[in-house]
Amino acid sequence: MNITEERALPWRAELRNSMKAKERTDIPRVEMPAQDPKVRCTNNEEVNYGLTAEKAMQEAKRCLDCANPTCMEGCPVGIYIPKFIKHIEKGEFLEAAKTLKETSALPAVCGRVCPQEKQCEAKCVHLKMKKESVAIGHLERFAADYERESGNISIPVVAEPNGMKIAVVGSGPAGLSFAGDMAKMGYDVTVFEALHEIGGVLKYGIPEFRLPNAFVDVEIDNLRAIGVKFITNCIIGRTITIEELKADGFKGVFVGSGAGLPRFMNIKGENLVGVMSSNEYLTRVNLMDAASPDSDTPVFLGKKVAVIGGGNTAMDSVRTAKRLGADRAIIAYRRSEEEMPARLEEVHHAKEEGIEFMTLRNPIEFIGNDQGRVTHMVLQVMELGEPDASGRRSPVEVPGKTETIEIDEAIVSVGVSPNPLIPQSVMGLEITKWGTIVVDNDTMQSAVPIVFAGGDIVRGGATVILAMGDGRKAAAAMDKWIKQGLS
Amino acid sequence: MFEVEAPLIAKSRKAGHFVMVKVGEKGERIPLTIADADLAKGTITLVVQKMGVSSSKLCNLAEGEFITDMVGPLGKATHIEKFGTVVCACGGVGTAPMMPIVAALKKAGNRVITVLAARNKDLIILEEQMQELSDEVIVMTDDGSYGVKGLVTNGVESVIQREKVDLCVTIGPAIMMKFVSLLTKKYEVPTLASLNTIMVDGTGMCGACRVSVGGKTRFVCIDGPEFDAHQVDFDEMLMRLGGYRDIEREDMEKMKCASGVN
Ligand SMILES: Cc1cc2nc3c(=O)[nH]c(=O)nc-3n(C[C@H](O)[C@H](O)[C@H](O)COP(=O)(O)OP(=O)(O)OC[C@H]3O[C@@H](n4cnc5c(N)ncnc54)[C@H](O)[C@@H]3O)c2cc1C
Ligand SMILES: Cc1cc2nc3c(=O)[nH]c(=O)nc-3n(C[C@H](O)[C@H](O)[C@H](O)COP(=O)(O)OP(=O)(O)OC[C@H]3O[C@@H](n4cnc5c(N)ncnc54)[C@H](O)[C@@H]3O)c2cc1C
Ligand code: SF4
Ligand code: SF4
Ligand code: FES
Repeated sequence: MNITEERALPWRAELRNSMKAKERTDIPRVEMPAQDPKVRCTNNEEVNYGLTAEKAMQEAKRCLDCANPTCMEGCPVGIYIPKFIKHIEKGEFLEAAKTLKETSALPAVCGRVCPQEKQCEAKCVHLKMKKESVAIGHLERFAADYERESGNISIPVVAEPNGMKIAVVGSGPAGLSFAGDMAKMGYDVTVFEALHEIGGVLKYGIPEFRLPNAFVDVEIDNLRAIGVKFITNCIIGRTITIEELKADGFKGVFVGSGAGLPRFMNIKGENLVGVMSSNEYLTRVNLMDAASPDSDTPVFLGKKVAVIGGGNTAMDSVRTAKRLGADRAIIAYRRSEEEMPARLEEVHHAKEEGIEFMTLRNPIEFIGNDQGRVTHMVLQVMELGEPDASGRRSPVEVPGKTETIEIDEAIVSVGVSPNPLIPQSVMGLEITKWGTIVVDNDTMQSAVPIVFAGGDIVRGGATVILAMGDGRKAAAAMDKWIKQGLS
Repeated sequence: MFEVEAPLIAKSRKAGHFVMVKVGEKGERIPLTIADADLAKGTITLVVQKMGVSSSKLCNLAEGEFITDMVGPLGKATHIEKFGTVVCACGGVGTAPMMPIVAALKKAGNRVITVLAARNKDLIILEEQMQELSDEVIVMTDDGSYGVKGLVTNGVESVIQREKVDLCVTIGPAIMMKFVSLLTKKYEVPTLASLNTIMVDGTGMCGACRVSVGGKTRFVCIDGPEFDAHQVDFDEMLMRLGGYRDIEREDMEKMKCASGVN
């Protein structure tokens, strides 16, 4: 059944006609209930509580069940948005969750971390009527959480095992969604992960207060239930090479090794003690649990912490610093708030928590004491100039205007480059000058036919949902490629 | 010294590689050089010096116990070829990671002179193994309790003064490598130093291990651990190594209290 036919089903038509469009659009957008900002910046628990069933059903009423649902164009995996929302309106929450899972492997994750205001919600027809868009992300989270909490998690139908072995490099969202799809098609899938934990950025990067690890683990257990095997502490290209995998009978390899390499600014004093990448900071805190007293990994608990950058990673770092006891937790960003790439909700939450925003400020030097520990940061004051290649107005220096602020910790969050381990170790791959792997846009196949790739290793830094979309695309294409080779 | 079962790592490791090891659920990930490997048994050998919490936890494991997590081999392998005469200068726990390099250099046909240095006689390790692998071993102790009295640099200098040296390799405490490097620079002997910076992941993800080499920031875990010693900013490295000293000391005190040892 295609989406037009689905929409024409009697239950949908009836529901649609049960209320006037005007009545629907007049309902104000639901507010996500959240922990009190003063309390939450002293704990690590999730900020948002999630919607109640009543609130979710009320919000679902706002959706007009459009004949041409433009919202879906904004979703990189094409979630059938009106269908899942109408299931919620009817109170059929498990059906809603099932709809989500038709196209997304990790709805509980995406409902929380997708930049909805730039994707699905940006295309909602409500905006054209000068109303707030339907809270698609909140509803997605609601349905996924409801299913998990109900204990009635639908196990997908898995095809007869076909005995063919497939390897996945990296257990981030790209690798997980690829693994799930291949397992459903009957392949014998093994995921190899370099770290000692499964989940990629979902575990070592995004903090607990935004995405609790337990939810990621549920998704991983679901994959285990359909036969996916996980091997941690195993670096492909080092512990085992792709050649060895091939010799071992693996028919295909999907590389989802992510963008692990932190970028620095190459300014004076950047190697002082107390200056670190957000990857180091978040890895210490999230993966190694360094802030808890029984962990052996140390982390420096700064009192005056400056985070450089304006993306999600920067927001996560600065809010983590606040939670770890910083009196001043500062964002220093070289453009203005409008250009910040972080999710809107995170910026909003950060402000509520008392994070200071120093925009149009670009660090040019760190100053340290005689023990080499950072004590000050010099900021160049900027102003906005002409739009650059990214379409954002580019920051230009205001000549001679600088500011020096006192800090005891600085976290550099100015982007990441692709993890170089695979590009370095696989012969024949085509690599761009940014270090990403070149693949065919439609199939995600690389220049080495057995190797497919997706996620941040192909895109540079992107999003969870794009990485998942790549994984799904690659799974479909690899299945086709393997079957072609057989016939 | 530990022998650890890790058949895949044993198979793919080369001289100069290291592994990241974590003991216990809440353990720290620490880098350790693969000192040796036995392909038939599928094991690798690690030599560990008790420094702080993590190395002590590892040393306290009894035979047959498990290391919670171990991953590798990491880092770039040592570039081995026939250089001619090579002086391998190692101090303290740098002796262990030097062993596979000495073996590989010897196998490639080099004349290898190993300088083993430590504060006193009791801290000299692996002497017998080094004697077997090298053409000559010079033992140096700070207090003269064994071998020649003097620092590692005195030992290296005595060799450079008596014969032509084509390459020097140095592994040990950063301060020692700094002085070896200053010395060989004076004599224009090309020198490799294997840097033991603080690491977190060991896979290029965090940048904790960064050092300045020739004015550029490099990551020891993926670009190293060996670098042209004359290009390394040892003063910056020493400063960074001290970064967590206070926290580590507190943790060590806590562990001593908890286990009742001192
Ligand atoms: C702090 C932070 C916050 C973010 N917030 C958001 C957000 O709110 N919304 C959003 O959409 N996106 C966000 N992102 C971006 C998003 O997380 C990434 O785009 C996404 O995780 C990419 O997925 P991936 O599967 O390509 O790689 P990753 O998630 O990076 O996973 C790659 C995995 O591969 C492993 N690996 C690498 N090399 C090897 C090898 N050779 N052998 C075995 N394993 C290997 C790595 O250890 C890692 O676990 C955030 C990123 C960070 C760092
Ligand atoms: C590539 C590489 C290979 C290594 N190989 C070996 C090896 O084969 N055998 C071995 O015993 N050790 C080796 N090390 C050093 C080892 O990783 C450290 O001794 C260990 O991390 C210390 O952990 P800890 O928790 O016991 O001590 P900590 O509590 O972390 O530190 C105790 C004290 O030692 C200092 N310190 C911490 N890390 C280092 C370091 N890397 N070098 C010098 N001083 C440090 C601290 O400042 C502190 O004062 C290697 C390091 C690297 C980077
Ligand atoms: S997956 Fe992301 S983009 Fe797609 S509908 Fe859900 S929240 Fe929107
Ligand atoms: S565009 Fe908005 S109103 Fe229309 S179907 Fe999508 S979510 Fe519903
Ligand atoms: S240890 Fe993290 S990048 Fe080298």
